[in-house]
Amino acid sequence: MGNQKCFHCGDDCAREHVRFDERDFCCNGCKTVYEIFESNDLSYYYDLQSAAGATPKLVEGKYDFLDTPSIVEKLTEFNDGHLQIITLYIPHIHCSSCIWALENLNKLNPFISSSVVDFPKKTLRVNYDVSKISLKELVILLVRIGYEPYISLDDIENKKKGVDRSLIYKLGVAGFAFGNVMFLSFPDYFDLSSSAADGGEFWLNKYESVFRWLMFAFSLPVVFYAGSDYFVSAFKGIRSKMLNIDLPIALGILVLFLRSTLEILFDWGNGFFDSLTGLVFFLLLGRFFQQKTYSFLSFERDYKSYFPIAITRILADGKEESVQVNEIKQGDRLLIRNEELIPVDGILVEGDAQIDYSFVTGESEPIKKGFGDKVFAGGKQLRGSIEIEALKSVSQSYLTQLWSNSIFQQDKASRFQTLTDSIGKRFTLVVLSIAFVAASFWLYYEPTMALNVFTAVLIIACPCAIALASPFTLGNMLRIFGRKKFYLKDSQTIEQLAQLNTAIFDKTGTLTTPTKHTATYEGMPLTDEETSLLKNTLRSSNHPLSRTLYNVLAEQNIYTLDDYEEHTGQGLKGSKNGSQIKVGSAEFVGDHQVSEGLNTSVHISSNDDYKGKYIFHSRYRPGVSKVFDEMSKTMDLAVVSGDNEGEKERLAQLLPKLTPLYFDQKPRDKLEFVKALQDQGRKVMMVGDGLNDAGALAQAEVGIAISENVNVFSPACDGILDASKFDQLYHYILASKKAMNIIKFSFALSLAYNLVGLYFAITGQLQPVIAAILMPLSSISVVAFTTIATNLLGKNLK
Amino acid sequence: MSVIYVLLTISIVVAVIFFAAFIISVRSGQYDDSYTPSVRMLFEDELVKSKKTSSTQSDSNQIQLKD
Repeated sequence: MGNQKCFHCGDDCAREHVRFDERDFCCNGCKTVYEIFESNDLSYYYDLQSAAGATPKLVEGKYDFLDTPSIVEKLTEFNDGHLQIITLYIPHIHCSSCIWALENLNKLNPFISSSVVDFPKKTLRVNYDVSKISLKELVILLVRIGYEPYISLDDIENKKKGVDRSLIYKLGVAGFAFGNVMFLSFPDYFDLSSSAADGGEFWLNKYESVFRWLMFAFSLPVVFYAGSDYFVSAFKGIRSKMLNIDLPIALGILVLFLRSTLEILFDWGNGFFDSLTGLVFFLLLGRFFQQKTYSFLSFERDYKSYFPIAITRILADGKEESVQVNEIKQGDRLLIRNEELIPVDGILVEGDAQIDYSFVTGESEPIKKGFGDKVFAGGKQLRGSIEIEALKSVSQSYLTQLWSNSIFQQDKASRFQTLTDSIGKRFTLVVLSIAFVAASFWLYYEPTMALNVFTAVLIIACPCAIALASPFTLGNMLRIFGRKKFYLKDSQTIEQLAQLNTAIFDKTGTLTTPTKHTATYEGMPLTDEETSLLKNTLRSSNHPLSRTLYNVLAEQNIYTLDDYEEHTGQGLKGSKNGSQIKVGSAEFVGDHQVSEGLNTSVHISSNDDYKGKYIFHSRYRPGVSKVFDEMSKTMDLAVVSGDNEGEKERLAQLLPKLTPLYFDQKPRDKLEFVKALQDQGRKVMMVGDGLNDAGALAQAEVGIAISENVNVFSPACDGILDASKFDQLYHYILASKKAMNIIKFSFALSLAYNLVGLYFAITGQLQPVIAAILMPLSSISVVAFTTIATNLLGKNLK
Repeated sequence: MSVIYVLLTISIVVAVIFFAAFIISVRSGQYDDSYTPSVRMLFEDELVKSKKTSSTQSDSNQIQLKD
């Protein structure tokens, strides 16, 4: 027993073993899904990937809100009363079996005309006949086969944005024009058209203007469409009195275009159309490379992504109705079913609540609440249904009002000047002054050359290589980090990482693992017999604390108890051969003197004699001490926790001496804490995991969310770090610093090229072919250098 | 008219055709999801095979949603 794996979901079959069709299942739910697949010719599902399924969890009434037409209207993409199209986010999509099963939905229900999976985004787009199958029925069908869609408040408030493909179009236009212009420049490269007298090819020479004007035509869309972003950005920069790197680029493009046009207009030469189109193409390529996105992750989530769309409201006459979450008013009586999220702060008026606040705090231990207790928004009810009376509206609840802080309206990118921009500023000034000095020299010496030299300087000094160094280095680092399970929002985050000097950590769920706990015993030692009885009593209980304690205790013989009672919210009682044991709260086991400490504990009494208690500790992640030791050498560290001080001593032992520890911090306090540090000029990193850290994550220069499973939800942040890589955090910061050095090196490299080019430009010898060679050469060598250097850097990371 | 006009026209027309094909493919969303199609294309054969083996019972076992 215990070794058989469920044929459907791969879990252990220990608890509830179901045998069906000569296969093992862990529960009836999994068996039902198997039956559905088997009877509808979908058993190929199990051939593709074994144990790919998920246990279906169908909660009665959970999707009642999908009967409300106004909600359906907002969720669907297309609806004509007959055909409806909807895109659903299904977190469980993880393998080819999932794609196959979901794309064969029409076999389960003929009124579904088509269903298409987008695997990286984990979405399913379904076309179905709404007159035959409603959205609710569709969703329930998905739930029944273990693919529960996640429908949140976010889906209804933010209409899906169209995919932005403009960069691909621009890249296509620039590449197309670049290729053709290169092709049309060939006569010039081979100097065939120089002149008929020099032995040039007669008929190429004769049709010279055709080639030139064709090149001109090709360059038009490149300058005015593909390169338009640079003009816009440069213009914005000037207007806000900031010289960014896009200004010299825009200047370069413009001067290249104007000078080339003048050259062909007055028959001075062939122009620089090849360099122009090539420049724009390479720049856009860099931009494209930098734009690495993890489509399966979201860095922008706020509480709306967690909250349900609708909840059941109980009217005065006892009737139930589905109401949108934002329409909940103070005083409304709400029914929270099993596994549902509490959307507003409220008072518990009926039922026993077991609330899991792991979304909020990262602590997975459910909290017990009784009649009249206050429950906070964001908690998930775990057992049975409860009724609460709303105290506030959704946006004013304890947790959600955090989002009214102005920090969530600001764009982080606008608060930060990148290294490229700060170098671009000086660069622009230097280039412009060189251009003017050279031009005025030639104006005095040989006036006809002045314009030539002036434009040549601007053309050759166009910081193509500089503009490419940063996208390619950071874009590559982003990919390397991604492979190491450290997912960053954008390349700018790497620059910010490199500048950090302070790191703030949340405790619960960040330094501790939310899933594993340990327990230590205090009190009179238990006899072997008592331990054995204790373990057997615990075996029958499903309470999370019982499960933990059961796993902590040594292996015992399994026997059947004579008597077993579970008192919800209080404890367990078990007896065998006349001896009896009680586990639970101090009051339950019959001891009234023992005060409940700050830590979660479970008390034991044997035959009504008080024995002692087990104190539960959350287990710290492996490597916490190591990370803190390493980081404390170069950074200031602190721990800011929303919990009480119960763990203070244990934590202090683990961390370097004198690490500041703050407890009982509200979500808002964490935000203010980070802000106060920033006001002292510090660059702060916040490492957290729950929604209660969301404010601090947004306020900090870099907010990193630790996640046990990157596919499930994490609050809005700049980066998501897989929990298994926590001990590598400092190495990632160091790598970011090294990446910035690589960029600086490549700046030096491209400056060297620019100096060579400037020599040609100032002396008035810039030929189109020199520009055509020098520009791609410098770009390619910078790209090659950064790629090789970052890959070497990535090799040293674990 | 010189032959070079013809040649240039042909070369540009060919290039424009490819460019148009690229634009159409981007517009149709072909580059939005570059992973799923690579998995999907491997399904078809197996699907036909499994259909043949037990196609008799498929209609009778349509699952009921309302319960």
